[in-house]
Order: sequence, then structure tokens, then C-alpha cells
Amino acid sequence: MADNILEVRNLKKHFNTAKGLLHAVDGINFTIERGKTLGIVGESGCGKSTTGRVILRLLEATEGEIIFEGKNIRDYSKEEMRRLREEMQIIFQDPFASLNPRMTVSEIIGEPLIIHKMCKNKEELTARVKELMDTVGLSQRLLNTYPHELDGGRRQRIGIARALSLNPKFIVCDEPVSALDVSIQAQVLNLMQDLQKKLGLTYIFITHDLSVVKHFSDDIAVMYLGQLVEKAPAHKLFKNPTHPYTKALLSAIPVPSLKHKMERVRLEGEIASPISPEPGCRFAKRCIHARPECVSADPNLIEVLDARDHFVACHLVDGMMD
Amino acid sequence: MSDKLLEIKNLTINYTTEDGVVNAVNGIDFDLKEGETLGLVGETGAGKTTTALGIMRLVPNPPGKVISGEILFEGKDLLKESEDDMRAIRGNFVSMIFQDPMTSLNPVMTVGEQIAEVIELHQNVTKSEAWEKAKEMLELVGIPGPRVVDYPHQFSGGMKQRVIIAISLACNPKLLIADEPTTALDVTIQAQVLDLMNELKEKFKTAMVMITHDLGVVAQVCDKVAIMYAGEIVESGNLVDIYENTSHPYTHGLFGSIPNLDEDIERLNPIKGLMPDPTNLPTGCKFHPRCPHAQALCKEKAPVTTTLNSGHRVKCLAYEGLIKAPALTGNKEVG
Repeated sequence: MADNILEVRNLKKHFNTAKGLLHAVDGINFTIERGKTLGIVGESGCGKSTTGRVILRLLEATEGEIIFEGKNIRDYSKEEMRRLREEMQIIFQDPFASLNPRMTVSEIIGEPLIIHKMCKNKEELTARVKELMDTVGLSQRLLNTYPHELDGGRRQRIGIARALSLNPKFIVCDEPVSALDVSIQAQVLNLMQDLQKKLGLTYIFITHDLSVVKHFSDDIAVMYLGQLVEKAPAHKLFKNPTHPYTKALLSAIPVPSLKHKMERVRLEGEIASPISPEPGCRFAKRCIHARPECVSADPNLIEVLDARDHFVACHLVDGMMD
Repeated sequence: MSDKLLEIKNLTINYTTEDGVVNAVNGIDFDLKEGETLGLVGETGAGKTTTALGIMRLVPNPPGKVISGEILFEGKDLLKESEDDMRAIRGNFVSMIFQDPMTSLNPVMTVGEQIAEVIELHQNVTKSEAWEKAKEMLELVGIPGPRVVDYPHQFSGGMKQRVIIAISLACNPKLLIADEPTTALDVTIQAQVLDLMNELKEKFKTAMVMITHDLGVVAQVCDKVAIMYAGEIVESGNLVDIYENTSHPYTHGLFGSIPNLDEDIERLNPIKGLMPDPTNLPTGCKFHPRCPHAQALCKEKAPVTTTLNSGHRVKCLAYEGLIKAPALTGNKEVG
């Protein structure tokens, strides 16, 4: 049996807004195997960042179970949760906004160590901070600099060092390289890959960048309006996208090559509002294959024919199986 | 007269700041024919946006200053035009799309008023004619005409960028400068906007300078490409020159940094190091501290532009025969 570090069952997160109930995450299920990377992709507003935060209980889920190493962490008390944070960490998107501008690099990286009482004395703390800086490739001379003195790539390395400081097993990476230039982006991605191998980390990698997610992930889950529409191993998803939304999404990627010719599935219209969504498939209104049953009932996430690890939520695929 | 719509010669732009002189654009040359699209590619701080502002004569002064060069638009040097003439040229003959659709529209004017404003300013029309034209423009970019009375906040990001495209094309300019027009948009919306821009470009025969950091977008939209690094164009040519006969080590590095959808690679092959400080650029070739093929001479001697075949130009000593040429041709990883 696969060794799953995390399992999410029927996870929901709804927000009350003036206009009605906003279904940010609406009943998603998935598992992640230890040491692997699950990429979550989708466009703005699809609920991917909310999913990451709900899993870490930075936001309280409305419904569902979050099972980390066999235990439902939604039942955890505040104190239990605090201890669990040593094992689950997050790297934020914006290296310009996620670091306290009034703290030095060593204070930022050392703060979790102090809060969790990981070091006996100052010397041990400094030694550990220096070790972490080495791990992520930050020169030790930057120990006493402030974030504003550093470029985006270095700042993101601070964010990574901070996330690693407590020796976590599991890290949610929320668009960790989206704010960086391509050459720096590649440096940071390589670093994250090396750390995963070295420390046996499990990642949830949240991004809107499909080329990056394919390169980086073992499995990919595609989200649309709060729901998972397709989940498969990375190469299978790109080779054989099955959900109409996945097909459109993949065909919209501008590929930096003259040889790459892919038939474009043009999507009309824009993403609908997640506030009080109508029943049925969320994508039906933009889907060129939509049929009457698509708007009447919610599609389930089911296995695609003869592929036990490829799941899709679409009535058309469902119909083919009957 | 030549058939060139835009010709830029030796353009140099500096910003004087407290920390010293920022050498933003350092003697670049390129040209553009009618209806052609040039992709200006580079990373943050390469000088792409300053180049665009230079063409529009919108470089903030102070601190910015065009030090030297010529910007010939239909044979006339824009740098020698009076401010009044320049106002007539902007929007009418040359127009610009800015990066961020969220902040480049006026939040207290309806989109109709904002489109009509340009038309009234540049064309001899009445208010109601301008309003009608605004409606037409809006429909042209795929937004229902009755929405002219709506305010920017009532539109999504993709729709706002369509409104900006409508404004920029309202007077049928000959040259459109688009500064990262789709960077802030989601991929499916980006695809819609790029399709729209391609369509309109064909329809109006507008020449375009497309500023972007995305080599994927360039492959879809552009006829020619210029790669910028530290204020210089290090390589330029048509799509085949750049994508299939990549010659400059920096261009190679850019391709190596992007995950490729068609091939699986274990590790990316990024450029080491960081962009140089523009107040203190390296001597010799500006890329030498990051270049995997750099040799002693690269530190001392600045390369000049070498033409490889008609149109494919590269700025690297290896092509001047001064250092041993690295085997760079072809878009494959270099050893």
C-alpha cells in the first residue's frame, strides 16, 4: 500500500460575503504519497491557495477531513496544532510581502526556532541559522541584512530557509517562483528539488504556471471553481488530458518553440462567480461539449478507463464508461 | 525613403539617481517595417520598458534622460519633435498598452468616456460621433456595446485589457507598443487576448513592439525577436534565428531556464548568478560574469554586433573570431 502522508476528504471552505456564500473550495478529495509532489493548478479564483491554507489550518475548513499521518488534524487543539506546525510549513508567493521588513535575515530565519524552543542558547541558534542559510545557498555575510536590501530570488530563499527551520516533513508551496524572473526561477526550482531529495520532503506545489508544474510535480490536480476536475500523474495529464477544461488550459499555454503545434481549444467567456454556484458541472457554461445532464447533476471524480491513477470529473467521460 | 516604419539607432538612456547613474539602455539599434511585430525580450531590469518609454518620449525627466541616438518614425526623428507635435503623434500614430490593466484605466471615468477621449483629442469629430466610435471599438474587442457606460471596476482583468486595447487602437495608429500586455492575465484569458491582438494587427496592419519576458508569447505573436540584457540587444533575428539557431550564451540560458513541455528533463539548466547592478555594469561583455564560456578577453573587450546571416545579429566575441567559439548553434543544451 502506498504510504500517504496526507489525505483530504470532502474538504470545503465557504466564505460569507455580502452577496452570498462564496464556495472557495467545494468538496475536494486527494491523497499525497510521502516524498512526492502534488501540483495544484488552476486560474485565479479557482481556490488553489485557499486549499493550501485550509490544509495547514491557517484557515478553518467548513467541512471535511484533513488526515495527516493517519490523524484527522481538524480535531486538534490549538496546542496540538502548534506542535504539528513543526512538521507542516508553507512558502508564500510574494517574497516582497511575506518577510517582515523590520527584521534581519537571521531574525526571520531564527524566529520559528525561538517560538518552538528548538535551540538551547544563542550560539546554537546562530549556528542553526547559518546552517540553514548554507542549505538554501544564502551567503553568511547576509546574516544581518534586511529583506529590502536583497533581490527577489534571495528573498525567496529566506522564505524557504524559514520554512525548513523546524525540519518539516511537508511543505505547501504557494506560487513560490511566480514573482521571479525565469533565470532566477530556475535556480529556485532546482534548489527546491535538491532539498526534496536530501530531506525527503513532501510538497504541495500551487501554481498557475503549467510548464513549471509539469516539470516539478509527480501528480497534478487541476482545479476549477473550487472543485477538482482532473487528477493524474504529470506525464499522463499532459499526454492525455481528458476533462474539457484541462484540454483548453493545456492548449492555451504559449510554448517557446516553433515546432510545437497543438490544436487550440478556445475557451469562450470567463470563469463564473464562485458565489452561490448553480448545481451541475461548474464548467458546463463554457464547455463546448456540454449536454443537458451537465447542468442538472454534479459530476463525480472517477477513474478514466484503464488507468487507475487518472481521475476526471466529467459527465461525458462518466457516460462513456457505462 | 526606406520602407522602415521605425528605425532606432544607437539609443542610450540614463537615469541619474542618488546611487549613481543607472545605465538603463546602452546604444541599441533595431528597426521595424509596416505591419511587422518585434518581440523585445528580457528579464527585469534589462531596459525593455525604458526603451518603450523612450520611443514614446515618456521617459520621466528628471531622473531619466535620452543621452544619444535617433528614433526615426517614418523618417522623422521623434527626439527632435516639439512637445506639442509629440502630443499629436502619441495616441494617433504611435500608441502604447501598459502592463497592468488594473491600474492604467481611470477609475472615475466610464470606459466609453476613456475611449472617446482619445478619439475627440486626435480626430476632428463631434462628441456624439466619438461616443459612437467608442462603442464600435468596444464591440471590436469583443465587449458588448451597451457596456460603454460601465466603469473599470465592473470589468474583469481580461476585459479591462480589452478596453485598453480599444483605447490604443481607437485612432488606428501605425505603431503599437505593448508592454507585457498579458502578463497579469490567466492563461486562458491570455490566449483570448493574444488572439484578439493578432486579429486586430492583421486588420489594421499595425506594426507592433511587444515587450515581454515570455518566450512562449513571442513564438505565438512575433515576426522578429530582440533579446535584451543589461540595456543592450545581445541577439536579434527572426523566429527561426532565435529559437532554432540560438547563438548568444544568454539566449541559451533563457531557454535552459524554462521547463519544456515537449521534453522531460530532470533538472533545469539556469544561468548562474544575478542581473548586474545597472549603476555599476561589468567591463567588457556585460554578460561575462554569468557566461559559462567566458574567457579572459571577455572581461576587457566589449563585443560589437556581428551579423551571422542577413538579419541574425549577435553581440559576442566568439562570433568576432576573437575567442574560441563555443559550439552554440542550435537550441540544445550546451556542454
